Amino acid sequence: MSDTTVTAAACGLLSCHACGLLSRGGHGGRPLHCPRCGATLHVRKPNGVARSWAFLIAAYILYIPANVLPIMETSSLFGAQADTIMSGIIYLWHSGSWDLALVVFIASIMVPLLKLIALTLLLISVQRRSTWQPMQRAKLYRIVELVGRWSMLDIYVVAILAALVQIGALATINAGPGALAFGAVVVLTMFSATAFDPRLIWDPLSPDRFCKKERINHE
Amino acid sequence: MGRPMTVIACHECDLLQREIQLPPGRVAHCVRCGAKLYRVENRSIDHTLALTLATAVVFIIANSFPIIGLQIQTTRNDTSLVSAVHMLWHQGMWPVAGLVFFTTFLAPSAVLVIMIHILVALKRERIPAGFTHVMSLLQIFNHWGMVEVFIIGVIVALVKLTHYGTLIPGIALWSLGVLTLLMTATSSSFNAHDIWNRVHPTPRRGGNQ
Repeated sequence: MSDTTVTAAACGLLSCHACGLLSRGGHGGRPLHCPRCGATLHVRKPNGVARSWAFLIAAYILYIPANVLPIMETSSLFGAQADTIMSGIIYLWHSGSWDLALVVFIASIMVPLLKLIALTLLLISVQRRSTWQPMQRAKLYRIVELVGRWSMLDIYVVAILAALVQIGALATINAGPGALAFGAVVVLTMFSATAFDPRLIWDPLSPDRFCKKERINHE
Repeated sequence: MGRPMTVIACHECDLLQREIQLPPGRVAHCVRCGAKLYRVENRSIDHTLALTLATAVVFIIANSFPIIGLQIQTTRNDTSLVSAVHMLWHQGMWPVAGLVFFTTFLAPSAVLVIMIHILVALKRERIPAGFTHVMSLLQIFNHWGMVEVFIIGVIVALVKLTHYGTLIPGIALWSLGVLTLLMTATSSSFNAHDIWNRVHPTPRRGGNQ
């Protein structure tokens, strides 16, 4: 198939992001709308790379307070304690729940970090119009989209703990400022992944030379 | 579907390819990047509607009863999803409270309402009101609904709480487990590609919104 790869963009065709219908792009400057569902059509997501970078850089910055600041503040008769994400995992590990410690470690430390690295890699490779391993990069993007949501895990844990452990002087758990930063990292990386257009990975591989032949076929 | 010559573009790599006839329940993948292109309908509208309604019932139960209760000596404290959000809000964590509320309550309930709206209309052989708008809303809400992550979060919280006192699992805890399974079944049964073709088999001429 590699010799006959023809993309929609090379033929002046646009696929609708909302309903998937393929329609002919115009040559004028005005925005085009899908004839089936009316959604605004774009050849590629508008400003995808710039928007994706903006969300990603914001996520990088907030990743630091998310890991350094306490996500949860516990106070009880035995004193007060502030837990970061990592110290919560260490606590789970020492209390014998190594399996859950592993789940939280993967969801809260590994996934956000790998997501930041993966998106950086994708953005740089796309900007350099790299033709290196497009299939592997496409798979990487799919994984980023799939697992990104699992980082919300720690936010939910804190929400449940803070709601349940409110027994006055005996024990009180409050959400810490780290939760705020961590939630922002999850949301920002999800926005960054959504803004990224995976078709850009494949664009350097499709020369425009098929364009004319295909246009004739369609007309 | 007698449309043998439909050309589609892969949404992940933009490759043009012909839509081919597949046996029901099979998935078409892009020849170049392997992205899932479309799945052929193998469930009736009735089947999907029944699953969606069942999910809605369990969703209501999961949000009306406490998830877990914690008893320390004589004090007992129960929490439901909404009361957890309420508590976060009062601790000054309103952005986090909003995020939790949106991802575990608002987005999943919007998904269910929209799906029921579309499926009921299709069952009555009508075009769902505001079809194009609700379909794009459905995409967004599906992306942000995270009930399956929430249930794992509840389990982690349970383990962390064991040394605090006695834990009393509530009805909503079991409902959340069932809800996760039902939601997976519902979303795999709801076929957006097929519904688009069912509502608008051929592109309308002019009169764009």
